[in-house]
Amino acid sequence: MTEVFGKIVLYWQYPFVRYALIVGVLIALCSSLLGVTLVLKRFSFIGDGLSHVAFGAIAIATVLDLTNKMPLVMVITILCAVLLLRMGQNTKVKGDAAIAMVSVGALGIGYLIMNIYSTSSNLSGDVCSTLFGSTSILTLTQTEVWICVVLSVVVVAVFILFYHKIFSVTFDENFAKATGTNADAYNLLIAVVIAVIIVLAMNLVGSLLISALVIFPALSAMRVFKNFKSVTYCSAILSVSCALLGILISIVGETPVGSTIVAVDIAVFALFCLIGMFRGGVKA
Amino acid sequence: MALLTCQDLSLGYEGHEILSHLSFEVNKKDYLCIVGENGSGKTTLMKTILGLQSPMGGSITMGDGLKQTEIGYLPQQTVVQRDFPASVREIVLSGCQNRCGLRPFYNKEEKQLAEENMERLGLTSLKKRCYRELSGGQQQRVLLARALCATQKILLLDEPVSGLDPKVTQEMYHLIEELNKKDGITIIMISHDIEAAVRYADHILHIGKTVFFGKTEGYLKSEAAYGFMRGDGIA
Repeated sequence: MTEVFGKIVLYWQYPFVRYALIVGVLIALCSSLLGVTLVLKRFSFIGDGLSHVAFGAIAIATVLDLTNKMPLVMVITILCAVLLLRMGQNTKVKGDAAIAMVSVGALGIGYLIMNIYSTSSNLSGDVCSTLFGSTSILTLTQTEVWICVVLSVVVVAVFILFYHKIFSVTFDENFAKATGTNADAYNLLIAVVIAVIIVLAMNLVGSLLISALVIFPALSAMRVFKNFKSVTYCSAILSVSCALLGILISIVGETPVGSTIVAVDIAVFALFCLIGMFRGGVKA
Repeated sequence: MALLTCQDLSLGYEGHEILSHLSFEVNKKDYLCIVGENGSGKTTLMKTILGLQSPMGGSITMGDGLKQTEIGYLPQQTVVQRDFPASVREIVLSGCQNRCGLRPFYNKEEKQLAEENMERLGLTSLKKRCYRELSGGQQQRVLLARALCATQKILLLDEPVSGLDPKVTQEMYHLIEELNKKDGITIIMISHDIEAAVRYADHILHIGKTVFFGKTEGYLKSEAAYGFMRGDGIA
């Protein structure tokens, strides 16, 4: 135990480890906030679709050899979020098929672009780290950390300010609309915030695993808690603790960061399912 | 002036017209039931009145200082709501949203209003309970309390008793009647239950192949009622 502790203390002296922890906690916090809404509004697929779009965008940014990829990736992902939301609302084009099309398309084209234009000697390593985030959390520059901090604060502030509106729109969109809440605008806001979170979270867990970060804490919290406020708090706390624990385990055990966090999330989900079953009442 | 006037209304969606040249008006303290076969456009009519979709022709005018956002609405339950982790209080309070505008949080008055409406519908003891654990009748009362937070003038109810057992159905009807008679809230209700409709409502709007609008006594003698009440059109 002391050995493990000693190892953590040793690593703590490196700035990149501190950055990773700060960014990890912030991203986990942000991604958990909208998880409940996403799950309940059946929007989880948009999250998944967007993460693939973000991969395509990263590929383009890599080929253009940008030093800071985040702004470009952010813009492309937000645009696609708006697009996907519009398609989801359009009853003539089937929403889920359209989303599958965009997401798989972005993945394919992204890999193709990387393959054709990339000058990197380690192509599969690049692709792997974009998809599974294996190292990017440990190679953050100070600018990226700051961007991440600012965006996280914005996401949390937006969520707190619009908490009650998001609740109404999630619970009953028609009622909200009928009583004068601009539900479409809030849906758009939710989609944009999701896009921001996904781009942020790519650093932590990579594009393929983002949905897990968004959805697991919310699902776990929903097993046990029975009102929106406690579910939100619980999923935020769970998400942050799982991320912290995951990062620490991965440092000590030298496992990939993203998948370790996801594994911790899954374990907690199983635990909460059990707690929910013992407490009874909450149906699966 | 009437609370709500529909003039030569044509309704439909995606270019299909399902109802045309519909005219009727609803006055203060009226209790109007909208009846008709499945697919005759009852829900579409309600969505149009609520401003969720625009009419294909004609006009809807609000009178007596009624604003579009002051219509309380009791929708049919959605799949999302059935497993929604929210307490009764949170849901009832969300009915006050239209009073908030851009203000992010509820003020004291709104919280008070939510408490009063929970009291009114006998929900006070349930207020911390989770919505998805309540019985069907209790859930309907929660949604009714939320609608009452949004309005003091007019309620639109979309099949409020569907899926409820006979006893709870009776209670629901009594509750609605009380809101109408005692509190003077105008009721517009979509109903499949034609017998209850003619018993409680003072006006009937029948839509479908034959259209009727008028007092309930008149409806009972009309041709529209004849075929419908015999059970021809009831699905």
